[in-house]
Amino acid sequence: MTEDKDKKDVKKTEKAVEKHGSPWVDNLLMPALAVFTGLVVGGIIVIISDDTAIEAWRHFFSAPGTALKASWDAVITAYSALFGGALGNPKTIIAGFQTYFSTGDTTALLKSIYPFTESLVLATPYIFAGLAVALGFRCGLFNIGAEGQFFMGALGSAYIGYSITGLPWFIHLPLALLGGAAAGAIWGAIPGYLKARFGAHEVVNTIMMNWIAFRLSDWLLTGPMKASGFRPVTPSVEATAELPRFFPDPLRFNWGFPLALLFAFLVYWFLFKTTLGFEIRAVGANPDAAKYSGMSVVRNFVLVMTLSGALAGLAGSAQVLGTDHWVGQGFSAGYGFDSIALALLGKSHPLGVVLAALLFGILRGGATNMQSVARIPIDLISVIQGMVIIFIAAPDIIRWLYRLRIGRTEQTVLTRGWGK
Amino acid sequence: MKKLYTLMAVVLLASMILTACGGTPAPTTAPETPAPATAVPPTAVPPTETPKFKVGEVTDLGGVDDKSFNASAWQGVTDAISQLGVDGKYLESKDQSDYAKNIQQFLDEKSDLIITVGFLLGVDTATAAKAHPDQKFAIVDYTYPDCYPGAEEGKTCGSSTDLPNVRGLAFQTDQAAFLAGYAAAGMTKTGKVGTFGGLPIPTVTIFMKGFEAGVKYYNQKHGTSVAVLGWDTAKNDGLFTNNFSSTDDGRKFAESLMQEGADIIMPVAGPVGLGSAAVCKETGKCWIIGVDTDWYVSAPEYKEVVLTSVMKKINVAVFNTIKDAQDGTFTGGTKTYTIADGGVDMAPFHDFDSQVSSDLKTELDAAKAALIDGSLTVDGVLSGK
Repeated sequence: MTEDKDKKDVKKTEKAVEKHGSPWVDNLLMPALAVFTGLVVGGIIVIISDDTAIEAWRHFFSAPGTALKASWDAVITAYSALFGGALGNPKTIIAGFQTYFSTGDTTALLKSIYPFTESLVLATPYIFAGLAVALGFRCGLFNIGAEGQFFMGALGSAYIGYSITGLPWFIHLPLALLGGAAAGAIWGAIPGYLKARFGAHEVVNTIMMNWIAFRLSDWLLTGPMKASGFRPVTPSVEATAELPRFFPDPLRFNWGFPLALLFAFLVYWFLFKTTLGFEIRAVGANPDAAKYSGMSVVRNFVLVMTLSGALAGLAGSAQVLGTDHWVGQGFSAGYGFDSIALALLGKSHPLGVVLAALLFGILRGGATNMQSVARIPIDLISVIQGMVIIFIAAPDIIRWLYRLRIGRTEQTVLTRGWGK
Repeated sequence: MKKLYTLMAVVLLASMILTACGGTPAPTTAPETPAPATAVPPTAVPPTETPKFKVGEVTDLGGVDDKSFNASAWQGVTDAISQLGVDGKYLESKDQSDYAKNIQQFLDEKSDLIITVGFLLGVDTATAAKAHPDQKFAIVDYTYPDCYPGAEEGKTCGSSTDLPNVRGLAFQTDQAAFLAGYAAAGMTKTGKVGTFGGLPIPTVTIFMKGFEAGVKYYNQKHGTSVAVLGWDTAKNDGLFTNNFSSTDDGRKFAESLMQEGADIIMPVAGPVGLGSAAVCKETGKCWIIGVDTDWYVSAPEYKEVVLTSVMKKINVAVFNTIKDAQDGTFTGGTKTYTIADGGVDMAPFHDFDSQVSSDLKTELDAAKAALIDGSLTVDGVLSGK
């Protein structure tokens, strides 16, 4: 064999791998295409809801160019407002840096990076909650209870944050985080135990636990945990329990984000570098096989649900200690529910979860600007997120749409049958 | 290639349908520059000079279509758009971290007037107002100073002093509720009327207080003993759903009030009350007194059970504030709307009009006049005159 042919062969194999079940295709290309398609569908909705564009389409035959231009303009306006509002304007950021380096004045710089930092602030609870759901998926458990665990975590952290005074920050802050994690862990452990001990399906029980959490927080906020005054909110947490912010107001970027990244790494290490993590994945892949290899399925179910609850609880902690500093009735915009979608999009891999969380943070962060500048209701973001999930959950649509001939790689088992 | 054809076919089909719907084709000179989409209809008030006066509304979690105070405030803004020629837009808040973010967005856009809705935005509005003393704000249903003993300014309360650049819009709703209570006492057949609230906060309990006072005043005049269920001012205690969202709770609370004998119910909990109206419509055993808007108009599906409504005209207050800001007569501090200026009022009886005796109507008119001239007060009636 000549060297040339050798190379060719290698190339061929590489190509074949790429086409038939390369993990990269499945893990990166498919989610990317799903997001892209979601944005396209969102764009179509923008066009349909734009009066100018619709008016132009009525006269498509007499002036086809106008119709296309009007549609294009509508979509461009919407998405440039969305992404501009989420990432900031590169020109103003550069100008901000220039002013800072020449005069030392930070005002312009801080103003220019505000949009991007806000997106990171929004991504923080998404990372934690996404990790929680992803960890469950790895063990074949569907934790729909992240929303409830999020609430409990927030309330736990808030309580420790405001009720204890006089501690130095290096004790108070970890304690408050721990309180949130513990509250979430309890909320996750209960369905985990019920599943392991009695075979009660975790989907049903985590949903039930959500309702208990919502009503419990309604009661706590109007009763035992209510601040004085008439507003149904908790008191503000002590400064010693706050996750420190990097910049002065109104920038809310805080230590919660690096902490979330740290936890993403920890979850990765735990899942892929430890024996326990291997057991969890084995149980997720095939509980019967795991059982016959001497692993305790029951123990792993409880363990994973507890850890998952703790992570979702930390999402609430990060939100209350880093961003809000108090808990009111509209505390969550559905971070826990969105995180299910996010874990699916991230293929239940910590890195994927971080990337998906950044995307969700950007979408939510830019939505304010889009709503104001392009006057498109914030609900469009939910539509795009929903579309992305449909395309992720039904990958065949994407395969068909883009004519991908890829062999299906092994799929992560998301959840098992009833009572198993 | 095949996909391209499919796409083209869809585009063609869509355009044909749309063209067909269009009917007579308009002149082909389709506007290149987006013509004034927000065209100002000619009205008595001449449109302002460019640039337009910019108004931004930040809603609370209910969103702009909550059929309650967010919607009512937005109605005020849209009225200002059409009658004053201002440029108005809104930002919806999805969770509490959005309040500050949305206010910041309007600050960055240099809006001329920022309107925030509801007590949940009380702290963030004051914080932003203090940081930007030249920016005009208005807040619906909230007033400053709002700090109480032990509260921390900027955290648990907004401001310990009056803010010169914020107008707090308050409503003397107890006066309108007084009339509704009086009417309910005159209309009840069981001798019991009921009420319940969303949360025990002043803007809710003021309705219930007025309602109770109205019933009490009727009893004093007629020697009757109509009872109020669900609120007791003396004990400062009543029935509360603890939320403003569950229509299911609205059903349950109405059912339990009915079981205790109430046949007229005033739910003071936004959309929760629609659940109560549904129960009344299904059983035919109770009537509803609407709140905030005239429910006969805003919830017409229940018009056969809506006796009347306690109207709180947030839209009028918002519109007036925008007008003042545009005219340069904006002032900060608290502006309270009363029955005297029409900012609060009882809605007409509509379909029930024929069932209300002319005596009762006369008495209601007299009570309204007395409330306006100050010879009758809600607190006076409650404290036993």
